[in-house]
Amino acid sequence: MTRHLRADVVIVGGGIVGGSAALFLRQAGASVILMERDRPGSRASGVNYGGVRRQGRPPEHLPLSQRAHALWASLESLIGEDGEYVRSGHLKLARSATDMASLEAYAARVENFGLGLRLLDAADLRRLYPMVGDSAVGGSLCPEDGHANPRLVSPAFSRAAAAAGATILDQSPVSDVRITTEGFHITSAQADVTVSAPVMINCAGAWAGELAARMGETLPIAVIHPLMAVTEPLPHFLDVSIGVEGGGIYGRQVERGNFVFGGGRGFAHPKAGAATDSTPPDYARPERHAALRLLAQGTGLFPALQGCTIIRSWSGVEAETPDHAPIIGPSRIHPGLFHACGFSGAGFQIGPAVGAVLADLVTTGRSVTPLDAFRPDRFSSPA
Amino acid sequence: MSLLVRYAEQSRPPLRFFLDGQPQTALSGDTLLTAILTCANRLRQSEFTGENRAGFCLMGACQDCWVQVRRGNGPVERLRACSTLLEDGMSLSTSPAAPPVMTGDLP
Amino acid sequence: MNSPVSTPLRPVIIGAGPAGVRAAVTLAAAGLRPILIDEAARPGGQIYRQPPAGMTRPPEALYGFEAAKARAIHTALAPYAGQIEHRTDTLVWNIERGALDLMHRTADGQPVSTVLPYDSLILATGATDRILPLPGWTRPGVYTLGGAQIALKAQGCGIGQRVVFAGTGPLLYLIAYQYAKAGATVAAVLDTAPFANRIRALPGLLNCPDTLLKGLYYTAWLTLHGVPLHSGVILREVAGPEGAVSALHWRDSHGQDRETACDGIGLGYGLRSETQLADLAGCSFSFNDLHRVWLPDRDAAGRTSVTGVYVAGDGAGIAGADAAEAAGERAALALLQDRGLSVDTARITVLDRRIARFRRFSAALWTAFPVPAGWAQDLPDSMTLCRCEEITVGTLRRTVQADAPTELNRLKALSRIGMGRCQGRMCGVAAAEVLAHETGRPVSAIARLRPQPPIKPLPAATIPADTAGEATP
Ligand SMILES: Cc1cc2nc3c(=O)[nH]c(=O)nc-3n(C[C@H](O)[C@H](O)[C@H](O)COP(=O)(O)OP(=O)(O)OC[C@H]3O[C@@H](n4cnc5c(N)ncnc54)[C@H](O)[C@@H]3O)c2cc1C
Ligand SMILES: Cc1cc2nc3c(=O)[nH]c(=O)nc-3n(C[C@H](O)[C@H](O)[C@H](O)COP(=O)(O)OP(=O)(O)OC[C@H]3O[C@@H](n4cnc5c(N)ncnc54)[C@H](O)[C@@H]3O)c2cc1C
Ligand code: FES
Repeated sequence: MTRHLRADVVIVGGGIVGGSAALFLRQAGASVILMERDRPGSRASGVNYGGVRRQGRPPEHLPLSQRAHALWASLESLIGEDGEYVRSGHLKLARSATDMASLEAYAARVENFGLGLRLLDAADLRRLYPMVGDSAVGGSLCPEDGHANPRLVSPAFSRAAAAAGATILDQSPVSDVRITTEGFHITSAQADVTVSAPVMINCAGAWAGELAARMGETLPIAVIHPLMAVTEPLPHFLDVSIGVEGGGIYGRQVERGNFVFGGGRGFAHPKAGAATDSTPPDYARPERHAALRLLAQGTGLFPALQGCTIIRSWSGVEAETPDHAPIIGPSRIHPGLFHACGFSGAGFQIGPAVGAVLADLVTTGRSVTPLDAFRPDRFSSPA
Repeated sequence: MSLLVRYAEQSRPPLRFFLDGQPQTALSGDTLLTAILTCANRLRQSEFTGENRAGFCLMGACQDCWVQVRRGNGPVERLRACSTLLEDGMSLSTSPAAPPVMTGDLP
Repeated sequence: MNSPVSTPLRPVIIGAGPAGVRAAVTLAAAGLRPILIDEAARPGGQIYRQPPAGMTRPPEALYGFEAAKARAIHTALAPYAGQIEHRTDTLVWNIERGALDLMHRTADGQPVSTVLPYDSLILATGATDRILPLPGWTRPGVYTLGGAQIALKAQGCGIGQRVVFAGTGPLLYLIAYQYAKAGATVAAVLDTAPFANRIRALPGLLNCPDTLLKGLYYTAWLTLHGVPLHSGVILREVAGPEGAVSALHWRDSHGQDRETACDGIGLGYGLRSETQLADLAGCSFSFNDLHRVWLPDRDAAGRTSVTGVYVAGDGAGIAGADAAEAAGERAALALLQDRGLSVDTARITVLDRRIARFRRFSAALWTAFPVPAGWAQDLPDSMTLCRCEEITVGTLRRTVQADAPTELNRLKALSRIGMGRCQGRMCGVAAAEVLAHETGRPVSAIARLRPQPPIKPLPAATIPADTAGEATP
């Protein structure tokens, strides 16, 4: 017999965003039910690079990112485990004078946001980071940026929400949404459950557009598949997370010695029969030569990578918006519905803060954190 | 101490190589694994506990036999010891340290 | 490349063991020009693996009763040298959207990766040992059974002077015999399968009386030469000073704890199909209760769920070398039929009957030598389950407690099991048993590890070349 459940808020999607929204809403006293199709944190939030990086984000994103920065500092008290979070520093390398100039320009632009950036010339770089090869001419260091293990952190947000009293329904794909004057009635046929709530939050990641479309709303998101790969464990040579100005490889050496790196795109791996144009597939795989090409760049930057082997590569399913800014805020057409999606490959660091501002929006109607850059109604042609 | 014992095919021509900087002899047709384990009792050390390892499957499946190799003064390569044949003069390492450049005459 | 008007591509076969070689020869005899790819330098696969050039022992010394078959496989390609392109020393490390990724090294050792598009593909990737770890199994001196045999066959070496063969399966007795013949002391053969299982399996084993006879011969020979054979044992621990093996601790069928001194151990519980490429090619899989693993779905001829992709030999489920030859030929005939070419249907009938008989035989082998029941029950927390990442049983148990994973890939994400260099080839079967046991679910209900390219480590220095040409039929 179908179960009928009620709550103040129903969240669809148990990634880092849905999980943290559930946690903060509980902390604010709301009753919460989170519906997750698979297991919490098993999609983009669980397969990403784990970069907890503010450096490089546009100034208008930084207030949200700074709020997240403060939350990451208290991660363990928030989710009950350290998630291998470390403030290793994030070093963005310049391979030309032009790239160095743009690092300098960025540092000037974000000066007032408190990132504490340090510009390094070639001599600084050689002195502080002797492992960097000659192809870098300078860099910009954000000492308090870092990384965490997404496979551990993201599921832990939903677990912490559950510990705080949220109901987490996993293996519960939403199959039907009905909207009445009383609110949202969301059914998962597979889990044989219907959840009713006056407030609904769409945290369905790359599948958020599909979910919105079922409610008659168009969200301008496209599916992307960032590439990740990892080498065998190597003797320690690198203790800072690396990016490169102008794009290309990013990477870090994890504590166990593997060099994890990314950059570029994958392709979708359609699950048999089910993927259609409107349904992003469940899995993605990297383009065949992407990892080799990236690692060739990596070896130029870090001679210590010479002669190593790549042992695995993977990708994830993520949503991107036209302006690469996420969509966070109230629906344009349904009162009580909020969207939080389109993180464009950068939602892990801000994830905890997105949950916090969603709790603000739901419980108080506004947030202390400026969200203008993320308004769902900023795109020109509404549904 | 050696781990592998030669039971047959012992009249092959010898090959010389360096193991952790020391000159050693093996037989032509030996894999890196055979060459190393007929004169030593480990191939490599585990990255995490430092435990000695000496391969396991010998057929390219377990990947527990990757060793660092240098030819002459060339760059360091990592090769799978059970499925790579030894070449005369190779310098091999059984530790995380890179195999030293060994040039000049072998004994 | 898949448009109907274009001429078909050269068929591709991965694996030059008995299955792949027979497939290649069958296609060549029908006038096609297949490409045969293998990581190894010479044809033969696992059972008929050839030693490197320059070794002198004749096939009779290397393959015993199977010498004639080995020789036939080794020489089968030569008559078709102009038609079959045998790419040796070439690893297939990925399959992506209708094309293979191949890695080989140029003469000066530079690794190069090329792309080979296919429209028909026969996967004859064979098998590796099925491993269930025991405490101490990562010590130098412990090898897979297959590994122990390869040392002897391909290198003239043994894994010790006083060797124990432990686990289960017919290879235990064969390899013990081969070691004893070579001059090693076989300290014991310890079979976890109760002897009664072999009696129960007898009717099925009679499907291949000559293979059964060979097995009986090895056992009799070992007994005659004073090698202790024990059935129904429980393997407890590999003991010795740090980094070495000095004894195997085990419990006999009467519950008595025993210890056998040795300096080498060959360990294996039958074989496990190499299915990563079938997975990457998009083939659907089902759990096979008999083999206790997931295998690609296929029809009797080897057609998978993906049009143009076939599986043959031990890579499609363990059935032995003779079955592999028949299945390779059968898959090739299916490929020819699917290309609209005429084939000898009488031959198909013969092969189908033969394959069915081998299957009944191999099913009986799993009855005779089953995976030990309750293996996952009494494992100590401290035992290393994954030798690549050094993940212990205790870590898996804690992960299960914290997150209640219901399938292996979740366990992998949370514990790193299967994330190492071998991608679960060695630990996957054991991890599945542990997860099933800890969650009280059948092994069939916890899925299988998703392979991730490269399926074997790929040198960072590999130069990607965009296509390999090779489009002529
Ligand atoms: C390879 C890769 C590397 C990345 N690297 C970084 C990085 O270094 N730093 C960074 O900040 N960001 C990074 N990102 C981006 C980051 O991972 C994402 O922006 C973030 O995880 C998005 O979180 P989410 O909760 O919105 O999405 P997800 O984690 O995808 O969660 C959405 C959830 O909704 C569920 N769902 C979908 N549809 C339904 C339905 N109908 N019913 C029920 N549940 C449903 C899904 O199963 C999924 O669990 C990376 C992304 C990828 C893919
Ligand atoms: C070590 C070992 C020893 C054995 N000894 C015996 C024995 O003595 N007697 C007996 O009856 N049975 C034995 N067996 C079982 C026997 O191997 C099989 O029954 C038979 O060899 C199966 O033939 P096949 O053609 O299916 O596969 P195999 O003979 O295993 O051949 C598969 C081939 O595919 C190649 N290959 C696989 N993946 C790739 C890839 N990604 N890229 C390139 N090449 C690839 C491999 O290198 C291999 O040469 C043994 C098995 C093993 C593993
Ligand atoms: S010993 Fe297993 S891959 Fe070499």
